[in-house]
Amino acid sequence: MFKVVVDTLRKSYGDVKAVDGISFSVGDGEIFSLLGPNGAGKTTTMEILEGLRAKDDGEVLVLGLDPWKAGYELHRKMGIIPQGFRFFDYATPREAIRYYAKLFGVKADVDHILKEVILEDAASLYYNKLSGGQKQKLGLALSLVNDPQLVVLDEPTTGLDPQARRAVWNVIRELKKEDRSVLLTTHYLEEAEILADRVAIMNHGKIIIAGTTEEILEKEGSGERLEVRASESLVDYLRRETKLKVEYSNGTVSILLERPHDAMIALSEVEQSGIEWKSLRTREDTLEDIFVKMVGGSTTEAGEVV
Amino acid sequence: MISISRVIADLQVTSRQFLRSRVGVFFSLIFPLVIMLIFGAIFSGGNGAVTAYVQNNDNAGGIPTQTSAAFVLALNSTGVVQLAPVPPGTNFTQFLVSHSSSDGIVIPAGFEARFRAGEPVNVSVYGSPASQTSAIVSGVATQVVNQFNLYRAGGSAVIKVASLTLKSTGAKYIDFLIPGLVGFSILTAPMFSLVNISSQYKRDKLFKQLSLTPLTRGEWLLSKVIWYIIITIAAFILMTLVGENAFGAHIALSIYILPFLVVGPFLFVSLGMLVGTASNSPESAAIVGQLITFPMMFLSGTFFPISIMPTWLQTVAHVFPLFYVVEGLTNLLTYGNVGPATIDLAITLIIAVAVFAAAVRLFKWRED
Repeated sequence: MFKVVVDTLRKSYGDVKAVDGISFSVGDGEIFSLLGPNGAGKTTTMEILEGLRAKDDGEVLVLGLDPWKAGYELHRKMGIIPQGFRFFDYATPREAIRYYAKLFGVKADVDHILKEVILEDAASLYYNKLSGGQKQKLGLALSLVNDPQLVVLDEPTTGLDPQARRAVWNVIRELKKEDRSVLLTTHYLEEAEILADRVAIMNHGKIIIAGTTEEILEKEGSGERLEVRASESLVDYLRRETKLKVEYSNGTVSILLERPHDAMIALSEVEQSGIEWKSLRTREDTLEDIFVKMVGGSTTEAGEVV
Repeated sequence: MISISRVIADLQVTSRQFLRSRVGVFFSLIFPLVIMLIFGAIFSGGNGAVTAYVQNNDNAGGIPTQTSAAFVLALNSTGVVQLAPVPPGTNFTQFLVSHSSSDGIVIPAGFEARFRAGEPVNVSVYGSPASQTSAIVSGVATQVVNQFNLYRAGGSAVIKVASLTLKSTGAKYIDFLIPGLVGFSILTAPMFSLVNISSQYKRDKLFKQLSLTPLTRGEWLLSKVIWYIIITIAAFILMTLVGENAFGAHIALSIYILPFLVVGPFLFVSLGMLVGTASNSPESAAIVGQLITFPMMFLSGTFFPISIMPTWLQTVAHVFPLFYVVEGLTNLLTYGNVGPATIDLAITLIIAVAVFAAAVRLFKWRED
């Protein structure tokens, strides 16, 4: 059974098509990541799934419910951290969890939840005294209060330092162990690659590719390459002497290895050319390479395409 | 369906935010208390009697004659004026000027002789027509003169004025200040706080966050109203206790005060919400909030009775909802006057419901 089903979803703001006919699904116990630069339409998609925004067109089912019509019922069953999670300045994590437990009308094991998100040390600090990572962890803690089967995390590590980011990742991995489904948006490729079972790359309101990391690499990746630092004359030599596919950029000669034997040919030809070379290595595409290729640029720390 | 347990849970969080941030406590309780201590001390100086300078020129060998002395004694016994003797022979007009006063009484030489002989004699009363104190001095002088004339004629007064003391009499400044400061607290605590949090929560998407829980908008608003009613009642008790014990204020306590302590905070929680949600940023919300709050704070009779303001400004004051809260509280606390207070309450309630309806229309948990 799918926790989330989205079929040709559309949403426009005026003339801007924020979400332009996307489809995906999130299965039981799966971590699914929606990846893309700022303005790709991730947050709009998430807000529609959370019942905070009305859709224009398409089908959306979350835990079998229409989020816009049954949002109130849905919120009792799912855990959500909206983008840029904030809380009341003068509340401690412990109080915040108790507050949410009362709002949801559930008995929450406060200590267990604090432990689950690794926040025991800061349990009695006011929110405005927490570090960025601790604040995000509180968001995670609150999304767990109602023991949800689906957790929706919108950019949970944006703006965190690498250490805090890793701490949040550990918590998200724990969620999966408890058999919860997780829908995660991020503009950090590494985050999606490390955490997600399946990834969908979104740009300009459309999903441009989706699948497991391996599937995406197999489909869109250019395969294994031999990379040699050398002058451009090596490219001419190889093109003249062999049938290998060769590319050149920034002092690196990149030789595509289509057959197992290609590596041996490439090596001996490089040696025979008599051209000076150094730093020999083989390399495969990462999700980042695919992303750069498909989105047309890499993203900055803040999620802007450059 | 409103859940009491969710309202209580939110009330708990609200009260902690309020008490821990301290700003709210300062503005709703400490600041009005400080104002009361300062203004109360300033205006409670002296016994409030009017000073009248008296020059007795009717002397025999440096000693005042029996009748003129009796006249001065009679003036003094009214208790309304405080007499300040002026040495005989001094230029009385100059003396008044040099003492920055316009109020005085001069008993002429030969007062006793003429009085006994039944010849007309003038007691001069100095005063300025515009001054309230002059009217009092002149009234006292006339009263004493009449008594002497009556005595001289051998008659007895048929009509007497029985001077009674009302419970509310002599409404002193402090008696106006207490309802005013309770009104101040009713206005400022919810206004500043709600303008602030409703605009900030909107910017920080905290409302959105709360909308993902079972808490409803209505429950959230209800807990704010309840909290500011609690704060208002605390302010009321504090002002009353300090006012009565430190300044001897006369407070007419009655159950009719309670509706004001409920409807007042309800009105200003709603107004704060309206300003906060209608504004685009916390900064502009704060400016709009202050533009509304400050004129209302000073012109609604909070720090002084509005009767001392020019008529046109009194008319302007009627625009402010706080005016009706303060007027109602003054009617009840100072005069124990329930009838007019009921009208004030009705006006306050109508404004409150209108503002609440507008705030609820604009206040959204989620967007389309």
